[in-house]
Amino acid sequence: MPKVRLIARLDVKGPNLIKGIQLEGVRVVGDPYDFAVRYYEEGADEILYMDAVASLYDRDVLAGLAARTARDVFVPITVGGGLRSLSDVQQMLRAGADKIAINTAATLRPELVREVAEQFGSQCMVLQIDAKRSGAGRWEAYRDGGREHTGLDVVEWAMRGQQLGAGEILLTSVDCEGMRRGFDVELAAAVTQAVSIPVIVSGGMGDFSHLAAVVERGGADAVAMAYVLHYRKLALPAIRNAAVDRGIDVRRLQ
Amino acid sequence: MSTVIADFGAGNLQSVARALQKLGAEPKLATTSRDIMEAGRLVLPGVGAFAACIGALRERGLDEAVVRFAQTGKPVLGICVGMQMLFDGSDEFGQSTGLSLLPGWVRALPSQGPGPRPRKVPHVGWSDLHKPDRAPDWSGTILAGLGSPPSAYFLHSFVAQPTAPEDEVAWSEYDGLTFTAAVARGNLSGCQFHPEKSGSVGLMILSNFLKLQ
Repeated sequence: MPKVRLIARLDVKGPNLIKGIQLEGVRVVGDPYDFAVRYYEEGADEILYMDAVASLYDRDVLAGLAARTARDVFVPITVGGGLRSLSDVQQMLRAGADKIAINTAATLRPELVREVAEQFGSQCMVLQIDAKRSGAGRWEAYRDGGREHTGLDVVEWAMRGQQLGAGEILLTSVDCEGMRRGFDVELAAAVTQAVSIPVIVSGGMGDFSHLAAVVERGGADAVAMAYVLHYRKLALPAIRNAAVDRGIDVRRLQ
Repeated sequence: MSTVIADFGAGNLQSVARALQKLGAEPKLATTSRDIMEAGRLVLPGVGAFAACIGALRERGLDEAVVRFAQTGKPVLGICVGMQMLFDGSDEFGQSTGLSLLPGWVRALPSQGPGPRPRKVPHVGWSDLHKPDRAPDWSGTILAGLGSPPSAYFLHSFVAQPTAPEDEVAWSEYDGLTFTAAVARGNLSGCQFHPEKSGSVGLMILSNFLKLQ
C-alpha cells in the first residue's frame, strides 16, 4: 500500500491563514504561503488549502496563492472551497493546483463530480465531506462550511462520490474540528470500509496518539493536520518520527 | 546547455518547468521539431492516457524529432507517461506504438491484488525506490546521491516492463506488485514517478539530470 500521508491543511480567508476554533470563531495566524513553504521544508507529503469564505474575489486570491506556492513547493497541492464549476476547477489546476476539493457544489449537483473526473481525471477530483453526527453510527453531510444540512448520509454519499468518479475523499468531522481531542475514528472507519478510494481524514488532531488511532483503527490513508502545526504544538518531523517508531508506514525523508 | 521540455499538451509540463526553474535552469517549451533538435537536453513529460499522449506527440510531428534527438546522444528524461512512451508500445485501448527507444512493453496495473479486495488503480501516493540487486549503486544515474531508500510520488495506471533487465535502475512496490520505477540506458533516463512532485528527492533527481552531459 502507498504510505500514510501527512498533509498540512491551511484554511485561508482572503490573504490570511486562519484557524477556526469551535465555539470561538476564527483567528488569523499569518501568511499561508510562508506556512506552506515551511511545512513543505519540514516534510509535509501534501499541502491542502481550503478557502473558508469562497467568494468570487477569494477564488482569484486562492488561485494566486496556488500559483505562488507551486513555484516553491514540490509536493502535491490541493485547493478547495467555493469551487462550483468546471471553469473554477480549470482555473485552479492552471494556477498550479494538482487536485481540487469540492463539497457544497457536489451536494447540490452530484454530476459535477463526474464532469470534473471526466474532464480532468479522477485523481484530481477530491470529494470533500463535512460530517456531523446525526445518531449512533450515523453522520450527515453538511455544506457551506458546516452550517447547512444536506440530508445526505455520509457513508452513502462517499460511496456515491466514488461511483461518480471522485479519486479521493477528504473527510472532516465538524464535531471534532478545532477541539484537539482526537479525530472521529468511528466516522473514519465507517467511510474507509465503504469505499476503495483513499480517504484523507481531517479534524481533531491534538497529539500523536490521535493520528495513530485514526490510522490504525480508522483506516485513514492520509491525515490532514491544522491546529497542531499552525500553533506549533507538534512539528512535522516529530510526527513523522513518532509514526516510524510506531510502525506506521510513512515516507522517510533523506 | 539548453533544457527543453517537449510541449504536446501534456498536463504536467508546467509543474516540470517550475521544478527545473527552481533548480536554476531556464527550460524552454518545444513545440516544433526544430525546438527539440536545438536542445541541449530534452524532457518528455506525460500524464493521462498513453494513447492520447503518443497520439498528441505524433500529431505535432514531434515523435520523429524525439527519436532523432535521442540518437544524437544528448540526455533525454521521460517522466511518467513520458517514460512509458520511450518503450515499444502499450496495451491501452487496443494497441498503441511507442517510440521504441527502449525495448519493452507498457501494461495496465493489474487490479487483481494479493488479497480479496481489488488493487486500487491508479497507484497514487508515495512509494520507496529500490536498487536492483545486480546494480552496485546509483552513481552515474539520475538517482545518484539518494540514500536508503528514497520515496517518490507516483500517479499512474500503467507500468513499463523493460525487456532488458539492466535497463531498470529502480523498482518499487505497490500492493504486492513489484514494478519498474526508473530506467536508464546510455543518454536515456526515465521515471515512472513524478520527480516534480517528489519533494527534495525529486529535485535531486532533476538536478542530476541537469548535470548529465
